[in-house]
Amino acid sequence: MSTLIDGSEASLRKFLDTLPGVDKVGADQRAATLATRSIKTSSKSWAIDMAIQMVDLTTLEGADTEGKVRALCAKAVHPDPRDFSVPSVGAVCVYNDLVRIARENLDLNGGSHIPVAAVTTAFPSGRASLKVKLQDTQDALTDGATEIDMVIDRGAFLSGKLGLVFDEIKAVKEVCGNRAHLKVILETGELVTYDNVRKASFIAMLAGADFIKTSTGKVSPAATPPVVLVMLEAVRDYYLQSGIHIGVKAAGGIRTTKDAIKLLVLVNEIAGPEWLNPQLFRIGASGLLNDLLLQRMKLATGYYSSSNYVTLD
Amino acid sequence: MSKSPFEYAPAPESRAVVSIKSQYGLFINGAWVEPKTKNKFATINPANEEVLSQISQASDSDVDRAVKAARDAFTKTWSKMPARERGKYLYRIARIMQERAREFAVLETLDNGKPIRESRDVDIPLAAAHFFYHAGWADKLEYAGLGANPKPHGVVGQIIPWNFPLLMLAWKIAPAIATGNTVVLKPAETTPLTALLFAEVCQQAELPAGVVNIITGDGTTGAALVKHPGIDKIAFTGSTGVGKLIARSIAISGKSATLELGGKAANVVFDDAPIDEAIEGIVNGIFFNQGHVCCAGSRLIVQENIHDEVLEKLKRRMSLIRVGDPLDKNTDLGAINSAEQLAKIKELSISGDAEGAFRWSPDCVLPSKGFWFAPTIFTGVTQAHRIAREEIFGPVLSILTFRTPQEAIEKANNTPFGLSAGVWSEKGSRILWASKALKAGVIWANTFNKFDPASPFGGYKESGWGREGGRHGLAAYLKGAK
Repeated sequence: MSTLIDGSEASLRKFLDTLPGVDKVGADQRAATLATRSIKTSSKSWAIDMAIQMVDLTTLEGADTEGKVRALCAKAVHPDPRDFSVPSVGAVCVYNDLVRIARENLDLNGGSHIPVAAVTTAFPSGRASLKVKLQDTQDALTDGATEIDMVIDRGAFLSGKLGLVFDEIKAVKEVCGNRAHLKVILETGELVTYDNVRKASFIAMLAGADFIKTSTGKVSPAATPPVVLVMLEAVRDYYLQSGIHIGVKAAGGIRTTKDAIKLLVLVNEIAGPEWLNPQLFRIGASGLLNDLLLQRMKLATGYYSSSNYVTLD
Repeated sequence: MSKSPFEYAPAPESRAVVSIKSQYGLFINGAWVEPKTKNKFATINPANEEVLSQISQASDSDVDRAVKAARDAFTKTWSKMPARERGKYLYRIARIMQERAREFAVLETLDNGKPIRESRDVDIPLAAAHFFYHAGWADKLEYAGLGANPKPHGVVGQIIPWNFPLLMLAWKIAPAIATGNTVVLKPAETTPLTALLFAEVCQQAELPAGVVNIITGDGTTGAALVKHPGIDKIAFTGSTGVGKLIARSIAISGKSATLELGGKAANVVFDDAPIDEAIEGIVNGIFFNQGHVCCAGSRLIVQENIHDEVLEKLKRRMSLIRVGDPLDKNTDLGAINSAEQLAKIKELSISGDAEGAFRWSPDCVLPSKGFWFAPTIFTGVTQAHRIAREEIFGPVLSILTFRTPQEAIEKANNTPFGLSAGVWSEKGSRILWASKALKAGVIWANTFNKFDPASPFGGYKESGWGREGGRHGLAAYLKGAK
């Protein structure tokens, strides 16, 4: 928990009252202007390799299999099996019951440096008792997850029970201890307004989040550029007040290299260059990695390759 | 802030799309003619001082030719044409401008020095939008609430500035010809090229000869145009000084006039403002188009209790402004338009230092050739400083503070100008109160420098006469219209 508040709901609310509002038109305009940045040649090549290292390679389907997770882990270590100069991804992100499989397969493939992220706390809806949420998290840690992607209780947030949202995050953080990084999913598509996004970002950071994350990927809209912009402003402002760097993870709807590069421009110009690394910015995605690889090949060879030259997820 | 590992590689827009002739004549009666005196002057790229072309200096007799051509076109063709036919020409011009948008954008950036991002995303689309908007009015003027059968003045003399060359041309020509007037237009001496390209568009659109005439030259050409007895109405955008000269020169001549002049707009930021967006609005207000904007938010009037926070965030944001090659798609701040303007900006900034205000600019490397000025703010500015009173027309912001809302309004209104103002607050009632109290023609709430052809634009006090754009703008081009 942050030292900026004393942990009571009153002190939390007092802090949140100091946050300025977000003007939607202005935030949308700023994101749209930054989307016109033209990233070419050497800067594009740097951005693609950085984006690959920021990918949380994700599979979160009811139909996930061990085989799929094995393939994902191999790909996480060497995204392009023909070109080992391609860097590894940031993490592999799976449901709780597949954490052990993912950990074993990463280790087998020489990916012991790649963390496994588990979605917990009754992901994606978060509709379970705190007891279940904590046990869910504990299970993931036991199986070897070193990153926990939890969801906030949107019902509590929207009905004004901000203390409850705060306490839950704090409790999950206590379970994580120093064994795992905690990413707090706000599910911005359900919070709707940018004012809510800013407020929820601060609740998460004050409660002890290491990362704030836009979305589960199960709700649309997800990581729109203005939402990411508002969250990047939040981590920047939190740093200015506390001296602590909190990371941001954009997840949901990010499919193309262009999308990813636009996010990197936002990181660079909103939060600042010190956020331009996988320790402080991640992109939750599955299909994106293949597009990054195809664009990387295009830059290297001058030719576009067909999708047969990248592996299935 | 640390240096970014993410350096944006140069991303220059190609110049190949434009073909600039080595010299240009005058566009009179639908054709290119040489000026009587054969005098030419150079127009240069202010970003590197490269000579782009030789431009004709129109003399009194050339002005006379142009006015006669416009008069002929008015009496023989344009005033007799059914209004919906007039409208078709405006639609055609608008579409051609869109088709040739990239060409216009690159040319504008070369001749003016503004970033390609702005000419591409603001100037050219808005210019086309003005023609589309007024095209729609052409056959509906009797429903504009300006009387049953409003009539055009006849021949309109138009003089436009160098800050938005094509956009100001569109603001002037589109309403004039939509309402049935014919036009003699003089672009600014330093930025004639897009107006000359527009002359080509008129030919391409097969606009009847003489409806639009474009003559180039310096202030003497403009003066000749204003004084010419064949002109029925003057429309001018430029400095308040020249505006006053024009007003004197046309006094009791029977000519009507619209004047869009200088400004020293206040951008008022209350402590309940959406701060991050207010910072963007401040930056956009003063650094858009290098501050060469008559409605620029050149005075930031910020509530005392958030001054330090706003200043810190503003400085951080300013250090991200990319100054340099205007043709680079990532450039935010381009070149100052001329050596003369640069000298004026420098002179006023030095007066700010001398009068005890504190100057700050982010670290930025300015190109060695061309005319450049770093984005600059002055803190500790008082109402009595020259930089709080005179229009700098450059990327220089004066920051003042206030304690009470009343004080903010008093300071904001304490100026001979009254073109625009900005209000930043999340409180609707405060915005409405401030908008009523501010004496300015355009008031932006939680935004700045937003333009739309449907919205009237113009000033109070020494910022001008009349309105341009929207229904109000039509009235200026119609006789007897109320």
